[in-house]
Amino acid sequence: MYKPIRFIKDDTKVKFMLLSRYGYFASGLACLAAVLLFVFVGLNYGVDFKGGTVFVIRTEQAANLDELRSKINGLGFGDAELQEFGTGGREVLIRLPTVEGGEDVQRVVQDKVKQVLGTGVEYLSIDVVGPKVSGELAQQSILAVLIAIIGILIYIWFRFEWQFAIATVMSLLHDVLLTIGFFCLIGIDFNLQIIAAILTIVGYSLNDTVVVFDRIREYLRKYKQMPLADLIDFSINSVLPRTLLTAVTTLLALIALYIFGGEVLKGFTLAMIWGVLIATYSSIFSAASLLALLGVNRDAIQTSPAKPAKTAAAARP
Amino acid sequence: MLYFSRWKVIAILLSVLAGILFALPNVLPKDIQETLRAHTILRPVTLGLDLQGGSNVLMEVDRKELVNTLIVQQMGDVRAALRTARIAYKLNRTPSGVTVQITEAADADKANDVLKGLTQPIDTGLFGTGVANHIFTLDRSGQQFTFTFSDAGLEARVSRAVEQSLRIIENRVNGSGISEVSIQRQGKDRIVIQLPGVGDPDQVVKMIGQTAKLTFQLVCESQPVAATDNPPPECAAFPMKEDAKRMMWVQTSSAATVDGADLNDAQSGFDSRTNEPIVNFRFNQKGALRFGKLTADNVGKPFAIVLDQQVISAPRINDAILGGSGQISGNFTVEEANALAVVLRSGALPARLIPVEQRTVGPSLGSDSIHAGAVSAVIALIAVMIFMLIAYGLFGIFANVALVVNLILLIGIMSVFGFTLTLPGIAGIVLTMGIAVDSNVLVYERIREEWRHGRTALNAIETGFRAALATVLDSNFTALIAAVVLFGVGSGPVRGFAIAHAIGILTTLFTAFTFTRLIVSWWVRTAKPKEVPL
Repeated sequence: MYKPIRFIKDDTKVKFMLLSRYGYFASGLACLAAVLLFVFVGLNYGVDFKGGTVFVIRTEQAANLDELRSKINGLGFGDAELQEFGTGGREVLIRLPTVEGGEDVQRVVQDKVKQVLGTGVEYLSIDVVGPKVSGELAQQSILAVLIAIIGILIYIWFRFEWQFAIATVMSLLHDVLLTIGFFCLIGIDFNLQIIAAILTIVGYSLNDTVVVFDRIREYLRKYKQMPLADLIDFSINSVLPRTLLTAVTTLLALIALYIFGGEVLKGFTLAMIWGVLIATYSSIFSAASLLALLGVNRDAIQTSPAKPAKTAAAARP
Repeated sequence: MLYFSRWKVIAILLSVLAGILFALPNVLPKDIQETLRAHTILRPVTLGLDLQGGSNVLMEVDRKELVNTLIVQQMGDVRAALRTARIAYKLNRTPSGVTVQITEAADADKANDVLKGLTQPIDTGLFGTGVANHIFTLDRSGQQFTFTFSDAGLEARVSRAVEQSLRIIENRVNGSGISEVSIQRQGKDRIVIQLPGVGDPDQVVKMIGQTAKLTFQLVCESQPVAATDNPPPECAAFPMKEDAKRMMWVQTSSAATVDGADLNDAQSGFDSRTNEPIVNFRFNQKGALRFGKLTADNVGKPFAIVLDQQVISAPRINDAILGGSGQISGNFTVEEANALAVVLRSGALPARLIPVEQRTVGPSLGSDSIHAGAVSAVIALIAVMIFMLIAYGLFGIFANVALVVNLILLIGIMSVFGFTLTLPGIAGIVLTMGIAVDSNVLVYERIREEWRHGRTALNAIETGFRAALATVLDSNFTALIAAVVLFGVGSGPVRGFAIAHAIGILTTLFTAFTFTRLIVSWWVRTAKPKEVPL
């Protein structure tokens, strides 16, 4: 019979609580860097949040970006940003800022650009977002991320103890912060898709954290005398194979999506890949060890009803 | 944990079968799809505009203009009413309404009665709550009267404008022969219009957004010499259609105006003498009466046909037009006359609609996206399946079967309930593949742990499922919170992601709790394992 390959050794005994000291240092430094990046570099807000017009065009021959740029800048709607879209060399993304003069004027941009580019250009997509809508979308998105985090805080608080909830939310914020820092660094087009990615990362990161916390809670009931730090180490090591394997399957799917999923999804997928890496890191190195800092009310957990698996008789080699 | 009663087995298998059945139309040829759609609830998944190509337009009622129109109207009515009552006055416009200064103190009480009549309540519709919303409230202090805009009145007016616009836009769209258009209200003052397959929405948006407010207004006695001249108080300056630089002054009071809202019908046609494209119209009874009176009282004078603040033409009234029908000529092309007839038939929009967001995906990008999405989905599926096979052997095969069932259920549910699949939705499905096997990983790792800690194979499997499924529930539920929030705030494609992701989480829970367990329990019963092959 086929013997499955073990990617992670059994009974790893990594001292995560010791490592987490470096983890805090690294995370703290990274968060600081993320904040600095956000303040001094900033996000590259896309049309969803900034308003304006975005064209994706396909030209008949290889596109000449300089020529296109000078044509469009000649219209006087402000500086056009042009970049290649995909790898074919014929597809170009053109971004124009919001034009002064209210909602109505934005449509004029479209007509004028179409005129100046003439025939022989296929319009793959055109997005026009007025100043009012873009402002609302930005507000809604911030609200969404906050609501999600608060909802999760409440859920974890009910299911576990408040210390778990605080630790979870701290590590969620850590993940979101680092993700935003990453976006500032690579200058990704920050749009609604990226908000979707952030919320999904929040969900994923949580998933990871909950699995570790579930195990900690179980061991708290089972090993009443074990010091908290050792118990947390033990828990993380126990679920380590799962944490890493799930990260791998998720990354496999995401990488397939990144390579083959087309240009439109690139930003989303890149954000997700980064998010999964960060979430995996934080669920191992920061979430649980934060719990050790906060302390846990062991009496409350040990007296709460639970159905722990009966202790096994003898260990199998 | 591994025991299933007979009816449970049947229920699980039936659910899976139903999933397969619901997902099936997606792989059938087009004509069979159509037959199924006509006779059953079976249908392929609805593709979002970003996949099939098309336009999504968000229009908003122009409040500023609505307020302006209402104030101008009110000013006209005040002038007409006070003049009829022979009261001298001074009229001023303020940002929030109109102030009237009565010249003679003796007239003030009389003016009070007259002006009170000008604060009509807005009818709040069929199901009016009985609370009358006045557009204007009237305040008096001595000889000074102030009409102030009421916010509640404006909100009611905006809301009614949106309701009316929905119906009118629907008529216009149906009249123009574009198919499968969806028109929906969004929020207080917005309308979303989805135009599948329309790659260049400009024409449609122009037609939909045209206010098409047609009025017949008497022309003022004095006319401007230069275009920049200011019109006298009871007149407004409108540009001429044939030459926008020339202005015409027309009377604004409601006594001198017949509203095109009272039209019964409008058809394009040709003038019998000049063969020029024209639009023939017919008034309803109320309109015909007013139109008859206006023309009878003003024979020999010109009257202007005004469409959206532009004078189309200004013919002279030769005779009283009592029959209620007439024609509009104005150097139209045939297309213009047709379009005008359509918008006149469907009625004027109660307010101007401004496009505040417009997203268009061309058909080629849409089909590129479908292709890319499908390719990446298949590759992701294969990659995940191979990995699971390597990592878990036989149990990996179980996981893979469950994964395929999971995906079929996901697609089946999306198809049969008519959820829209967008490109981010495809990403959601691909992501589900990666995350779905997490439930298997959790269970398998736990079984292995229990087995290594000395349990018998059967016992380990039993305990593994029980312990791990609690965790599976917890972890998926929290992910669901994020997906639901995303659904609540997202729009269009992003909402498509939230739907696919959320349904993916639910189907994952279903397969983890039922199908995977069922397969494992069959295997346990037939193979009677002494060892756990993990």
